[in-house]
Amino acid sequence: MKKLTLIVNGKKTQVDSHPFSRLLDVLREELKLTGTKEGCGEGECGACSVLLDGELVNSCLVPVIQANGKKILTVEGLAKKELTPLQISFMKCGGAQCGICTPGMLIASHWLKKSKKKLTTQSIRENLSGNLCRCTGYSQIVDSVRNVKGAS
Amino acid sequence: MTWVGRSALRKEGDGKLRGLAKYIDDISFPDMLHGVTIRSSIARGILREIEYLPGVNWDDFVKVTANDIPGHNYVALLEKDQPYLVEKQINHPEEPVLLLAHPDKQLLEKARTLVKIHADPLPAIFSMEESAKQQSLIWGTNNTFKKYAIDRGDIRSAFENAAVILEGTYETGAQEQLYIEPNGVIAMAHKSEGVTVWGSMQCPYYVHKALLPLFNLPAEKIRVIQTETGGGFGGKEEYPSMIAGHAALLAWKSGKPVKLIYDRMEDMVATTKRHPSKTVIRTAFDHQNKLIAIDIDFTIDGGAYCTLSPVVLSRGTLHASGPYFSPNVKIRSRALATNTPPHGAFRGFGAPQSLFALEKHMDYCARKLNVDPVTFRKSNLIQQGQMLGCGQIVNEKIKIKDVLDRALKESDFKRKQKSFRQHNKKSPLKKGIGLSVFMHGAGFTGSGETFLASIASVKATPEGKIEVLTSNTEIGQGTNTIFSQMAADALHLDFEDITVVQPDTSRVPNSGPTVASRTCMIVGKLVELAALDLKQKLIAAKFLKGKYQRKDFISACKKYLKEVGELKGNSQYKAPPHVVWDEEKYQGDAYGTYAWATYVAETTTDIRTFETTVDKFWAVQEVGRVINPTLAKGQIVGGVAQGIGYALYEDIVWKEGRMANNKMSNYIIPTTLDTPEIEVHFMELPYSFGGGGSKGIGELPLDGPGPAILNAMEYALGVQLNFIPMTPEKLMKQMDSGAS
Repeated sequence: MKKLTLIVNGKKTQVDSHPFSRLLDVLREELKLTGTKEGCGEGECGACSVLLDGELVNSCLVPVIQANGKKILTVEGLAKKELTPLQISFMKCGGAQCGICTPGMLIASHWLKKSKKKLTTQSIRENLSGNLCRCTGYSQIVDSVRNVKGAS
Repeated sequence: MTWVGRSALRKEGDGKLRGLAKYIDDISFPDMLHGVTIRSSIARGILREIEYLPGVNWDDFVKVTANDIPGHNYVALLEKDQPYLVEKQINHPEEPVLLLAHPDKQLLEKARTLVKIHADPLPAIFSMEESAKQQSLIWGTNNTFKKYAIDRGDIRSAFENAAVILEGTYETGAQEQLYIEPNGVIAMAHKSEGVTVWGSMQCPYYVHKALLPLFNLPAEKIRVIQTETGGGFGGKEEYPSMIAGHAALLAWKSGKPVKLIYDRMEDMVATTKRHPSKTVIRTAFDHQNKLIAIDIDFTIDGGAYCTLSPVVLSRGTLHASGPYFSPNVKIRSRALATNTPPHGAFRGFGAPQSLFALEKHMDYCARKLNVDPVTFRKSNLIQQGQMLGCGQIVNEKIKIKDVLDRALKESDFKRKQKSFRQHNKKSPLKKGIGLSVFMHGAGFTGSGETFLASIASVKATPEGKIEVLTSNTEIGQGTNTIFSQMAADALHLDFEDITVVQPDTSRVPNSGPTVASRTCMIVGKLVELAALDLKQKLIAAKFLKGKYQRKDFISACKKYLKEVGELKGNSQYKAPPHVVWDEEKYQGDAYGTYAWATYVAETTTDIRTFETTVDKFWAVQEVGRVINPTLAKGQIVGGVAQGIGYALYEDIVWKEGRMANNKMSNYIIPTTLDTPEIEVHFMELPYSFGGGGSKGIGELPLDGPGPAILNAMEYALGVQLNFIPMTPEKLMKQMDSGAS
């Protein structure tokens, strides 16, 4: 099988997965990046959110062939050494409880901040509506995104 | 400086935010197999044969049936009625019949489709009404898992002398916990070494207890380790015992580690849900609209096996007459069997069901009596020194009226009532405002905590730091953080000096299950007492004076470890002296204490589409001392959001005892756009028997949203709405029928 090239969190890597393998499985099983979670397997919950060339996608719906040669950002790629301001804000505002939706929620929030959209409560709610959380009732997630200090 | 009362940062937050926290599906072992569960296809019947169709090499698969069970084939909790694997009798459509394991997940999925279960069907029961008729017996001698009866005063003469009698019938649907991480475990098992299970769970010792008879092994040969758990809400209270047993059986037979993780559809279709309920309430009032008698008939659907239904029924029963005083009380309750997968624990545990009925009924009565629902409630609210329906005299100070007043003020309730009435005259968008007043008892019911006799320990490390050892799990609610805060304060240490050990039955004592809003209040107190015990040992050894600095404590610990040996502090639960419970009459001090609350919902219903949105929500509660304001607020807001789902969106479609909409795309939980701003206000009355002065908090927020939202909708629409979930389709029917 021909090898596929993925640029994951800035690092070029080759995988020899089946081209129709889910990107989610390749990340978790081939590359051992288990931060990205599977919540539903049908693109509904957003726990598997990653950025694919800057676009927010549900990695459970992406065949890995579509990611060939592209840049992928997973939750593991957010913090270098210290947590990012976004992650710190999640910590302070109570944006993470059980933590299982958190990787996807962080990626979606990171994408939203990068998009330079105006961050109001309403715009945050609209843009995170593809990421389900059963613990927080979302208020503290919205607070986390709104109250980020400094650049993300 | 003290830590209790401050928003200390989530202890395990760093790992969760970096994506490094290890949940069960993130863990693998060399040579590990994957497992799947093959389930019955019919709701009730007799298993005849398991047929393996051609298409895979069946010799490569590990197969486990009931015949492979080394010990007893029942999931031990209350009754021994539920098997791990069907032997002959099938009692619900998702009963596990066969387990398969293989290294290749894809092949395993193929094999799953190549198994044919042959069974002879028997008549099945899918509703409480049918079950109550007992024309067909599907469980025991009367289809009844449990009954309770509470009788106080003279109910008959009270009804005879009543000025007004009002009756209503209220129903609630099943609800899926929908933790975002599905159930899953990994097991290793060897005949000589015993069984070890890692998994997503709330109660490691429940799993431990269940595996003992399954393998006929001594306690020390069973080890259960909780991995980072992606939400529970009751859904990982009892079910992990089932899935752990299954994985362990496959591991036992294969000699290899076996991972068994449910996908979303299997988790939704096969695991427990909130019990559906039906409540009939009759109330008698005097001429001043005072409640003089209440007669409640409360029924829940337990599904095919007993599981936790008696306990869920108990909590529902004991909360059924709510925070009101009535001199005469009669409550009858029962949990009935049907041929659906067993219903089980879900945050609130019976109370959201019976309190929905009561708080809907209170609004109904106010309307019929032509009085304002707030004044009406106020004139019947329990006062200090009066007796609750369960026979408990409220001796402690109680702030429920202040809580209610605060909610009215924060929500601007009365002004909004008036302005919405005006607004609704000329708009198809009908605005409503409604409230619910309620309480929630924390900890196990009656003598439950005494029977549990929970133990907690703390231990000094070689660095002079402290480890907290309990079996109470961090499932997102903040166990690690609050235990650290309470232990730090008890020992005058820093938050960073405390570590909470991941529950592992080979390392931690049994401090009871992580349920019933008991972790902070009951186990938190045990952690404090264990810490004091450890401190006392240092003082007794003369390594520490009564007054000390942090560094003195650390050196004292090091010295003790060097010169004496292991340094541990222990504590065991003892009931507060005021708690007296009569199990026979089912009356007395049902709970050590209660949290009290008033919730207000503001809603808009579009009468063209019948869609309802909750525009704003106020949650005011007295929960004792608030240990960590950020985490406490997170508990309330998260619970309210689940309550909004329960009231408006979360509709389980049943077909022949099976959930038909077992997907996140057709079982709808609230998103960011379905949840309003939820204002949370705490009023604090420290409870001296609770950790840090706390009362239970976790379940409380599920009790109030349902009735508050439906009361708001009724105010807006002028139609009687007596059941949840009130989806647009159901509301349309209700309005067409013009119920009032």
